[in-house]
Amino acid sequence: MNGTIQIICKRIFLLLVTMILVSFLTFAAFELVSGDPARTMLGTEATEEQVIALRHQLGLDRSFFVRYFSWLLGFFSGNLGMSYSYRQGVWDLISTKLYLSLWLSLMSFCIITAVSIPLGIWSYRFTGWFADWPRTTINQMCMALPPFFTGILVSWGFGIVLRFFTPGDFPGFQKDIAGSLRHLFFGALCLSIPRIAMTVRMLRATVISEMNKAYVRTAISRGNDRKSVLVRHVLKNSMVSVVTFLGQTLAELVGAGIVVEQVLGLPGLGRFLVASISHRDYPVVQAIVVILAFWVVLAGTLADLINQAIDPRLRLETGKLGGQA
Amino acid sequence: MKKRILPLVLALTLLLLSACGNASAPAAAPTAESQPAPEETAAPNDTAAPEETAESVQTQKTERAAANELTVGIAQDFDSLDPDYMTAAGTKEILFNVFEGLVKPTSAGDIVPAVASEVVKSDDGLSYTFTLREGVKFHNGNPVTMDDLVYSIERRWNSEDTAALLAALSVIDHLDHDDKTLTITLSEPSNEFLAAVMNAYIIPAGYTDQETAPVGTGPYRFVSRSVQDSLVLERFADYWGTPANIEKVTFKILENAEGLVLGLQSGALDLVAHMSSDQTIQLSEGDFTIAQGSMNLVQALYLNNAEKPFDDVRVRQALCYAVDKQAVIDLAFDGYGIPLGTSMFPSFSKYYDESLTDYYTCDVEKAKSLLAEAGYPDGFEMTITVPSNYTPHVNTATVLVELLREVGIKATIQPVDWSTWLDEVYSKRNYQSTVTGVSSDNMTARKLLERFGTTTGNNFTNYSNEEYDEILAQALRETDDAKQTELYRALEKNLTENAANVYLQDMADLVALRAGLTGLTFYPIYVLDVSTLSWE
Amino acid sequence: MKRKMNGYLLAGIGITGIVLLFALIGIFWTPYLPTAMKYGRFQPPSLQHIFGTDNFGRDIFSRVLKGSGTTLAIALSTVSIGAVIGTLVGAVTGYFGGRIDDVLMRLNDALTAFPSFLLALLIVSLVGPGKKYSVVLALGLVFIPSFARVMRTEFASLRNRNYVTRARLMGAKTGWILFVHLLPNTIRVLLPAFTIGFNNAVLAEASMSFLGIGVTPPDASLGYMLSEAQGMLKAGPWYAVSTGCTIVLLIFGVGLIGEGLQILSREVS
Repeated sequence: MNGTIQIICKRIFLLLVTMILVSFLTFAAFELVSGDPARTMLGTEATEEQVIALRHQLGLDRSFFVRYFSWLLGFFSGNLGMSYSYRQGVWDLISTKLYLSLWLSLMSFCIITAVSIPLGIWSYRFTGWFADWPRTTINQMCMALPPFFTGILVSWGFGIVLRFFTPGDFPGFQKDIAGSLRHLFFGALCLSIPRIAMTVRMLRATVISEMNKAYVRTAISRGNDRKSVLVRHVLKNSMVSVVTFLGQTLAELVGAGIVVEQVLGLPGLGRFLVASISHRDYPVVQAIVVILAFWVVLAGTLADLINQAIDPRLRLETGKLGGQA
Repeated sequence: MKKRILPLVLALTLLLLSACGNASAPAAAPTAESQPAPEETAAPNDTAAPEETAESVQTQKTERAAANELTVGIAQDFDSLDPDYMTAAGTKEILFNVFEGLVKPTSAGDIVPAVASEVVKSDDGLSYTFTLREGVKFHNGNPVTMDDLVYSIERRWNSEDTAALLAALSVIDHLDHDDKTLTITLSEPSNEFLAAVMNAYIIPAGYTDQETAPVGTGPYRFVSRSVQDSLVLERFADYWGTPANIEKVTFKILENAEGLVLGLQSGALDLVAHMSSDQTIQLSEGDFTIAQGSMNLVQALYLNNAEKPFDDVRVRQALCYAVDKQAVIDLAFDGYGIPLGTSMFPSFSKYYDESLTDYYTCDVEKAKSLLAEAGYPDGFEMTITVPSNYTPHVNTATVLVELLREVGIKATIQPVDWSTWLDEVYSKRNYQSTVTGVSSDNMTARKLLERFGTTTGNNFTNYSNEEYDEILAQALRETDDAKQTELYRALEKNLTENAANVYLQDMADLVALRAGLTGLTFYPIYVLDVSTLSWE
Repeated sequence: MKRKMNGYLLAGIGITGIVLLFALIGIFWTPYLPTAMKYGRFQPPSLQHIFGTDNFGRDIFSRVLKGSGTTLAIALSTVSIGAVIGTLVGAVTGYFGGRIDDVLMRLNDALTAFPSFLLALLIVSLVGPGKKYSVVLALGLVFIPSFARVMRTEFASLRNRNYVTRARLMGAKTGWILFVHLLPNTIRVLLPAFTIGFNNAVLAEASMSFLGIGVTPPDASLGYMLSEAQGMLKAGPWYAVSTGCTIVLLIFGVGLIGEGLQILSREVS
């Protein structure tokens, strides 16, 4: 019991470290990237004096560390600051977008998991070149389409021809939850297609290599049913890398929506992030990046925990099993 | 001894030249008619309309048309909605429907009274008296008072908050007012003063929530905004002027060009402006009409005149001879666009000197010999910095690279994002050449020409010519309109002769409208007036 | 068994070979200058221009030849950066665990959360704009975390195998254990990760081009061309078809090679 609390505390500590680390890296990146937020805010019409005055007003003329620590202080007191270009509180701006992106990525994740795991296991049966080529072809085609292209195909096919949703007309959660979710589903579909193909490939590859291992052959030669060996041993052992892969996918999904969000007109976090980076709207970018870091750590932790439940040898936490030789 | 000057056709405005026979501007210049007939694109629509969608699109259209609503697709998000801080051209373009100044522009390019009912200019040109119009109301229901006028002007002229200041209002010396009239006295006469007042929007005194709930006096009032998603406006019932036709207008933000086209095709959007010809080709003919106006900007390969080798006039002239404007328009814009030869476009008909367009006719041999004369017989290497998010400029640069190669100049494109462009190119002038479009946001020629004065703050091309500076100083002092016009024309000529930049074109503005939507009006400035639109 | 593996591998090599051939030819010869704009806008495929012409009137086939090379080079170098550094990180963190694992994995998480768009801008600012390798560097960094995570799990599950313990007891150096004993055994994970990574790199380059920070025009990469072509599906559908098919061929071929190699490695072990 004590150990669990310890592990949880450690995880929370690591989470904080990651968030601070990533916020620092982002801050530093903005220091190096060319482009001046004050000039971007004021546009071409403003005079140099106006730009300098605004820089002062925003506190951009303070030194790097002073700015970073004041941001950090604000962050820990729950104040994410004001957006430069919108002149509004950052949290008010991103909360609805976060909500949408969470839906989008969770939906997408569910589609990926629900489709690819059965498909991966089922597809393992087609091992011969001739039996396998249709699967490989479809799989590869799905992997080869860039997201913007999938977005256009899905909008055109499901939106304009079949009219399951109206591209460019996202109703918004306040207005129409069902309609919004339906719209999001197609966004999630675009996000999922290449990832399903990758997960299937990954799973199939590990299942096959696991099936060829000595213990499986022994088990089967001892008269065990092939299916039960698959379910009882092979899947369990293959799951480790698949779970890692899915964890990684889950981590990437929130930020990966940019292109799909742009094509389908979904007001999500990814699109907002890119726009804010372009505007050099640091407070917004900082906040989104910290949220992404939180999400990444969460996904990684989940994957680790599930993996450790599957295979107790993987307990890295204690460090006792490390190779101290 | 004051003379009534309004309503009057202001000197700096472009008379609409329906009768002027401006041959180089076929139908592209904004026309005086308030409802120019939307013109079909000349581009071949080789594929038939997808029939399976026609029926449902029709239902959608009638639904929105019946409710008298409209959805407009726009390609970039708004920045600040506070009129004091909005800087993005795309924000001003739309919020034009919400805010008004003491005076406002018309589609013909005149400046007419708005919140003021009458404007009187003193004989010496030093003071302007504005009479507050009776019965003008803010969107929050309060009547506009003299306090609001004084507050609105002072905020942009003489405020602690420098970000809100309008440089063009700095000529103001002091304000005097009584209950009904506001007199603004200038420190020196200025022909462009009313144009500056036009951009100082009238807002309620002391109101601080403009950012989240903007309040103005325009034909539309703000309803809601969702950042990176949409903006909703509603017809303002108590508008003092001609009321708008359409009840509710939603602006949907879709950064992706293809997303906008899909939105039109799916029936989600009714109107999209600033489209490329490649985009409009995707739309089926029966469902949409394509109106063509002009962007009213000077697109050019702007050269850093202080940077080698562009400090040599022969090199700049060689570039002008090397670049075939029509080829750029044909290859990158499918033939839409009006070639230009100087920093002026046809909408400003009074100042526009068409003969300068063909000053440099494309001549590769001449370009090569000029280069040889300047000491570059084998050409040289140059970089063209372009803002990467503006596809038209990137495409233009792509064609330029190809055209310059013919005379032995090896140009490479350097795409940078907009913020970097503003910082490195526009502010720090740390570049060799760039493709961009320069416009005049207050309908004055001064805005286009003043920036080439040696000491002007926004002279990002570092153009420096003694003769130019002299004429410019003279022109800015001149109060007589005819003389000033002559001087401005001399400035244009100077820019062309010294090949300050490689002038290309005034880009075409293609607007897709759903069938049944009429009343689109083009302005000589970058605005989208939705108040004149209506469903048939 | 041998026959099956040849099926994948041969088909993969054959298909990748086509694209590779495109790329190789593109280095030395193209039927037309790939940047020349004098062939008329949107000409449909014909004997003169077998893939037709694009919106600037350029010969698409010549551009596909050039673009294949660019795409191959970007994708390969990107994945290699990601795979090499990612494997190193994964090996160290997975094998040792403990502190070093904590530290490196935090960095890894931070890198995953760090927006790739900002990373690309940052690298462009650091190496100077217009440098062709800035995309490669940015994308290479983006690919480290996924390799590191997968390899970490793999090394962690292998480190307590009997042969490792035995090697350790026999006094083998840690580096030797990691890269001679363990690395070959991770191949079953590394190979698919590499092919998926290659695939992702092609797509990521396309997406970067879509956002305006990929290759510099007038240079071409397949992804850039496809992102251009998507706006011209009606005016010149052949543009999207020819570039899209080349991308599909490339990814398909590499995927098959990956599959074939996997079978091969299984047979060897």
